[in-house]
Amino acid sequence: MTAQPPDPTPFLPLPLASFHILVAVAEEGRHGYAIIQDVETRTGGALRLSAGTLYRSIQRMLEDGLIEEMRERPAPELDDERRRYYRITGLGSAAVRAEARRLTELVKFARAAGLAPENAS
Amino acid sequence: MKLYDALLRLFPKSFRLEYAEEMRRIFARRLQEAEGNAQRLSLWVATLFDVIPNAVMVHWDILRQDLRFTARSLGRAPGFTITAILVAALGVGATTAAFSVTDHVLFRSLPFSQPDRLVRLWQNQNGYGHTELSPANYRDWKRMSRSFEDMGAFGSQAVNLGGDGEPQRLEGVWVTSEVLNLLGVGPVLGRAFASQDDGPGAPDTVVLSYGLWQGRFGGDERVLGRKVFLDGAPHTVVGVMPPTFRFPNRDTQIWISKRFKDEDFEERDNNYVYGIARLKKSVSAAAARSEMSVVTAQLERAFPNENANTGATVDRLRDGLSAEARLLPLALLGAAACVLLIACTNLTNLLLARAMVRRKELAVRAALGAGRERLVRQLLTESLLLAAAGGGLGVLIAASAVPLLARLVPNALPIAETPPMDLRLLVFALVLTAATGIAFGVLPAVRACGAAFVNGLQEGSRAGVGGRREGARSGLVVAEVTASVVLLVCCGLLLRALWRVQTVDPGFRTAGVLTLRTALPLPRYGPTANRVQFYNRVLSDVRALPGVSSAAYVTGLPMVTRGQIWGVAVPGEEQDPGALPPAASRFVTPGFFATLGIPLVSGRDISESDTREAPFVAVVSESLAKRHWPGQDPIGRRFRFGPAAERTVVGVVGHVRVRGLERNSEPQVYLSYQQVADNSIIGYTPKDLVIRAAGQPLDLMPSLRAIIQKADPQQPISDVRLLDDIVLGETAPRRVQVRVLAAFAAVAFLLAAVGLHGVLSYAVTSRTQEIGVRMALGAGSKDILSLILRDTLRMATIGLGLGLGFAYAAGRGMQNLLAGLSAADLPTYAVAGGLAAVMTLLGSLLPALRAVRVDPTTVMRME
Repeated sequence: MTAQPPDPTPFLPLPLASFHILVAVAEEGRHGYAIIQDVETRTGGALRLSAGTLYRSIQRMLEDGLIEEMRERPAPELDDERRRYYRITGLGSAAVRAEARRLTELVKFARAAGLAPENAS
Repeated sequence: MKLYDALLRLFPKSFRLEYAEEMRRIFARRLQEAEGNAQRLSLWVATLFDVIPNAVMVHWDILRQDLRFTARSLGRAPGFTITAILVAALGVGATTAAFSVTDHVLFRSLPFSQPDRLVRLWQNQNGYGHTELSPANYRDWKRMSRSFEDMGAFGSQAVNLGGDGEPQRLEGVWVTSEVLNLLGVGPVLGRAFASQDDGPGAPDTVVLSYGLWQGRFGGDERVLGRKVFLDGAPHTVVGVMPPTFRFPNRDTQIWISKRFKDEDFEERDNNYVYGIARLKKSVSAAAARSEMSVVTAQLERAFPNENANTGATVDRLRDGLSAEARLLPLALLGAAACVLLIACTNLTNLLLARAMVRRKELAVRAALGAGRERLVRQLLTESLLLAAAGGGLGVLIAASAVPLLARLVPNALPIAETPPMDLRLLVFALVLTAATGIAFGVLPAVRACGAAFVNGLQEGSRAGVGGRREGARSGLVVAEVTASVVLLVCCGLLLRALWRVQTVDPGFRTAGVLTLRTALPLPRYGPTANRVQFYNRVLSDVRALPGVSSAAYVTGLPMVTRGQIWGVAVPGEEQDPGALPPAASRFVTPGFFATLGIPLVSGRDISESDTREAPFVAVVSESLAKRHWPGQDPIGRRFRFGPAAERTVVGVVGHVRVRGLERNSEPQVYLSYQQVADNSIIGYTPKDLVIRAAGQPLDLMPSLRAIIQKADPQQPISDVRLLDDIVLGETAPRRVQVRVLAAFAAVAFLLAAVGLHGVLSYAVTSRTQEIGVRMALGAGSKDILSLILRDTLRMATIGLGLGLGFAYAAGRGMQNLLAGLSAADLPTYAVAGGLAAVMTLLGSLLPALRAVRVDPTTVMRME
């Protein structure tokens, strides 16, 4: 019996904050503040998640099964034991991929209509 | 940081437990990074805009989740869901409907501009309470007082409308030019009265009600300036009032401008003027009262005879309701509150039972980390959802019930008959629904969650079956029995009062008597001879109709005309000329007593030979004869009565309850319709035709119309009624009261029985093991029955006791509605108690039978 590949369609389009959080916890488990820092670095300071938005998104994504709390902790020298660490789930990966595909499609449509982004041809 | 902690409290507790610590840390770090006050300020602003919307969103997320979950779980228990919704709907519906009437009659402001400043003015004389004003006193009060912005006078004036179309009888009101203006409602068409309408030589003017304008004049705007004929005199239409304007009551069809003539001011003790005034902005009703007492004291000094002991009463227009009229809406609201209480109790019981069934599910969720607050919230969402569905349905029930309750709205107020179903009422229903949902949800939710944390997961445990919980449930049952007993007793008292009134003998026989009114207008019918001619032509034709056994004319029907009271002066009796013993006067044609079935005790009827040239005669009621000539033959006695001559008693008839079934009536004096001076006013001129006929008297109407048309083509017919209906009308308000209260009591009775059944079923289910064990140990059916019923009996007895106590208090409160019946009427209490016992038995029958049928071996095996 093989598990059905998870269907991420109900979660699309992903809210912007959710998308960034998923990307941030995709490669390794991170705690809340690390996620904020990662998003900030990745977007060159353009997006600085607020604490409220972050944890509300986290709570919702936990309930939806897009991310999960890690049982195993990072290496002891890196661990801050008061913190919770989150990582992406299979469903979360599928969702972030599907969202990226959706955005690519949109860019393609824009380009076909002669509305290519200015600094990318 | 404290401020931030306070902000975090906006998030639900479950969320705070998970994330608050980390959020604090992030915020602390940001605060460190911020340099200078400007940056710190902008961080705070950003934080505000972060926390508040996100907290709202988190709440919303949880609510959505809970709603989804609740809808699913309710969908799985349709029986429970439907029952709960129906019970909530009955409670909310009954209360909303009752509140609509109470609010309409007692609380809503009247539909006039700044209605709190409107007051009614009355004369009050020692011993007589409120009376109308005399024109002279009205004029002087208006001139001498400073408390009022304006003051006006009015009085009722029914008129015959002639001109184009069939003549029509109108409920009219005469008003001085101030009245419509001081009410502050403008006409939809034309103008209200102005002071020029009061001036000498000004044409007579009228303002039409919207209904009359639409009905009689087809809503034609050209009606302005048109002449209409009222009692034969031309009046010019100057305006039309809006459809929502009612004054002084909702029956008024036309307002007629009134001009007092000099002679109107001559008699200071002729009271027929109603006073209305608008207080100045800065003046309270109390201040106006004290000013008026000064004014009346001055007038008393100026006119020591006529104005002896005459004061002024200043009542807010809103308060112009009798004690009974106020009591009824309150009683209605009380009844509805009982129904709501029972409904809430039932719902609490239902939810408690359901929470017990679900305790394992709740325990699992608690074990999985859902906090108590989360679970309570979940359960409250469920009860609120049920209440909302019930409330929606309840509003529909109320909307359909309100028109039925409309008959409880007294006519004495200038308001619509049907209470409006508007935003105000919807808000009431909404608040009520929310309160209901919380009231019946909190106890089960808190209890169930407590159980979930303590011992929910212990397999097979009978969590929640223990002294305290049983105590709470018993308390609910007691409340149900109490409330339904109160309603049963109150309903029973009103029913007994109704029966009591219905058995009162009116003094005449009503069956087969038709009445109609032909009010003959002045000046055409001023000369008595003209009137006599009209009566005789009509009566001889009517008496010739097939099936008619007798017919007569009278100045006023019993229970319709309640006044026309004059003093009786008997020579030789020691009497104070200012306070003669009163009697009701009626001018009649021959045959009146036969037509109404009033027994002729001795002597003779009024006859055609009793003309103005013959000696003045009177037929008196037995009650009058007894009052003035006890133990003697009254025939041939003489007395003075009303204007003009001495009258000789020629006959004695039975006493009639002219003032109605529930009031004491003055004795009656009947006078000859011919022994009246020319140009006499209403009260001296017969206007009501009474006809006794076999079969269906109403079938005579076409012939009667033809007869009156033949006698006078200009003469309208109005007030066509059966005497039966008039007497029935006496008890109509009572019948409505009983019917409404009976409906409430029936709903309460049913709900309480269902509630009892539910509680006992649950008790039996939760004690199945115990019962099984007892049976295995040799207990018989009788022991088991007594085990189950003992508790029921205890609860019912307590409920009954409390209920009877509260019912007595409620009965005392509505003593005014009981027609002299004692609030401690034993038969009522006995029947109500019996019914409560039956209800308890019915409710406990099935569960008790189930308990007896418990099979000990099955139960033991389940263990």
